[in-house]
Amino acid sequence: MSLSLQARKLACERDDRCLFEDLDLDIRAGEIVRIEGPNGSGKTTLLKILSGQLADYQGELFWNGMAMRESRQAFLENLLYLGHAPGVKSALTPLENLTWYQALAGDNDNEAARLAALESVGLAGFEDVPAGQLSAGQQRRVALARLELTPRPLWVLDEPFTAIDRDGVAALEERIILHARSGGCVLVTTHHELRNTDELRRVHLGTGGQPHGGF
Amino acid sequence: MAGSETQLTSGDGRSVSRREPGGGLAVALWATLRRDLLLLMRRRSEVLNPLVFFALVITLFPIGISPDPQLLATIAPGLLWVAALLAALLSLDSLFRGDYDDGSLEQLLLTPQPLPMLALAKVTVHWLLTGLPLALMAPVLGIMLSLPAGSYLVLAFSLALGTASLSLIGAIGAALTVGLSRGGVLISLLVLPLYIPVLIFGAGAVQAAVVGDGAAAHLAILGALLALSLMLAPWAIAASLRISING
Repeated sequence: MSLSLQARKLACERDDRCLFEDLDLDIRAGEIVRIEGPNGSGKTTLLKILSGQLADYQGELFWNGMAMRESRQAFLENLLYLGHAPGVKSALTPLENLTWYQALAGDNDNEAARLAALESVGLAGFEDVPAGQLSAGQQRRVALARLELTPRPLWVLDEPFTAIDRDGVAALEERIILHARSGGCVLVTTHHELRNTDELRRVHLGTGGQPHGGF
Repeated sequence: MAGSETQLTSGDGRSVSRREPGGGLAVALWATLRRDLLLLMRRRSEVLNPLVFFALVITLFPIGISPDPQLLATIAPGLLWVAALLAALLSLDSLFRGDYDDGSLEQLLLTPQPLPMLALAKVTVHWLLTGLPLALMAPVLGIMLSLPAGSYLVLAFSLALGTASLSLIGAIGAALTVGLSRGGVLISLLVLPLYIPVLIFGAGAVQAAVVGDGAAAHLAILGALLALSLMLAPWAIAASLRISING
């Protein structure tokens, strides 16, 4: 099944500063779209708009050809968003954190899947350590385990490489490419230089918010 | 992330397919309840703070005013209710704060589950660990204020009903101020006017029980207030959370 996320004439203003305007985006299955731009150019804001969190924008969003406002439910069902903050409770263990995310996604309780997801991000043996005692990188990995735990076709990742070590970065990059190759799509902001592959496209947001062309 | 390759292939088949909206609401609600209860159990001081505040205020009053049982019995219903209301108000600020700070609130907003229901689950946990213990504690503190013996049950019941409304209404304020760094005072200003009907009928019920009149009418109105807030507050909380996240 194909999926597409389209933005038409997207514009956003924050604190009287125009972040971007007339932005046309077309994201299809099998693509990795990297949003680039200097700090403060509105990358996170764009991701929040595209993931349906911010309503404060002009323009139109379409999910599979339907206006976002009408297909929000179907859109959310297919979305996995990892924000700037990992969304990991420090008082809970990684396993307990994932239990909540698994249930929130509407999946039934499945401990084997959670353990497998944690193992896939290299957290085997840390399942029952309170997340507050883990390092920043390990906490980020707990959040990344959701990519395995609750598979969704559309990934929206805001700086997913933050605090991850070199091997982890390479593995995550592989995982992102594999996801695109198997028919998913990935929207990502990162300062890490992604490997050039056929799937990769770049969208550049400029300083002061003027987009330097789309693609 | 060693060994990730093997895991990846197993997930692929599912990751490509588009998902249709489906159920799972009960699972999500239950998990949210359990998670919040577990979180508060791990941070007991947050649960104990309002209870200690309640006990302290009530113990100080006989010392500060007079130990005269007659006088204390007169002011006891109002005093117990005001102290419980303030104790509940104290604990509101942290209702969504933790989730906002660590990013789980945006995840909560991005689930396909209806947000009003998830918010209701969070408020239920707040009531279970604040309102209900306050209601159960109140009769013991009532003894200290020489509250007549016959009114204990009405006191506990009116507080249990009333604090549920207080949690629901207060959560709207908490949701509106969660994006502000110091929202504590603002919550009180926003929410206190809406607390007043609950206070009037709650204290009225206990007063009626002390005097010997039937408290049923007051309790019925408290129940009606609760029904009204149950109906409207979850949607207001959800809308407020969206506004806060937008800001």
